[in-house]
Amino acid sequence: MSESIEKVETTRLGPERTRGGQCFVPNVDIIENGQKYLVLADVPGATAESIDVSYERGLLTIHAKVEPRQPADGVGYLLHEYGVGDFYRSFEIGEGIDASQIQAEVANGVLTLHLPKAESAKLRKITVKG
Amino acid sequence: MMMTRRLFPFLPTAALDRDLGRAVEELFNLVQRGPIMRPLGFPALNIWEDGQSLMAEAEVPGLTMDDIEVFVVGNELTIKGNRRPPAETKATYHRQERGTGEFTRVVTLPVDVDPDKVEATLKNGVLLITMPKAEQARARKIAVRTA
Repeated sequence: MSESIEKVETTRLGPERTRGGQCFVPNVDIIENGQKYLVLADVPGATAESIDVSYERGLLTIHAKVEPRQPADGVGYLLHEYGVGDFYRSFEIGEGIDASQIQAEVANGVLTLHLPKAESAKLRKITVKG
Repeated sequence: MMMTRRLFPFLPTAALDRDLGRAVEELFNLVQRGPIMRPLGFPALNIWEDGQSLMAEAEVPGLTMDDIEVFVVGNELTIKGNRRPPAETKATYHRQERGTGEFTRVVTLPVDVDPDKVEATLKNGVLLITMPKAEQARARKIAVRTA
């Protein structure tokens, strides 16, 4: 694997939680592709119903709730390399995004956000007259 | 361009200085967080048991059953797979944290399992492998008779 896939627990990011349990930072790819940005986030265990994506005053927030699905801590794990809990991450988005056109979908535990560029931010080819 | 103090003045270029600085910082972060102490492969595994079975779970977001092979030989569980990069051509990556590529993870199980009855399910990027224990390894309830 080309990158570390270590699951990182949230420390200072985001608001404090009122619910118990762990919260993790999802790994993301951010890809710019001509007319839009794509954000891919790993949120294994989350479903379309359990994911909240919001955009407010330039802050794009992903919150995926993941219910515990394994025995509680202290119950005979033979190997325990990762924890199960919510995913939370937020991004500051510049004004180059058309917020009304943001779309999100989830498949196989990967959340995909489509962030179309605002008209003013799109690349235009300027014809040079001879 | 902003001028910064160089950490390693003996290096020939500022870029090299910055790269080494980052590498050292990452190493420190790793040591602080702890994972460098653990032999970790991909995918990370949780394994637990009940009287009848061993359960192994792994988070493999983005993979489908076609990308994963699971097999048990003797008391060794092997998970093999390939995580493909996003199918975006001619794109610019601003962040790339999601790893891609082939992986193999082999773990030795503490008890014998029945290889014919091993089942694997994949749901929302979470792989769950249920391995019924071999007959002699199962928990038995012993009837206690009064003497």
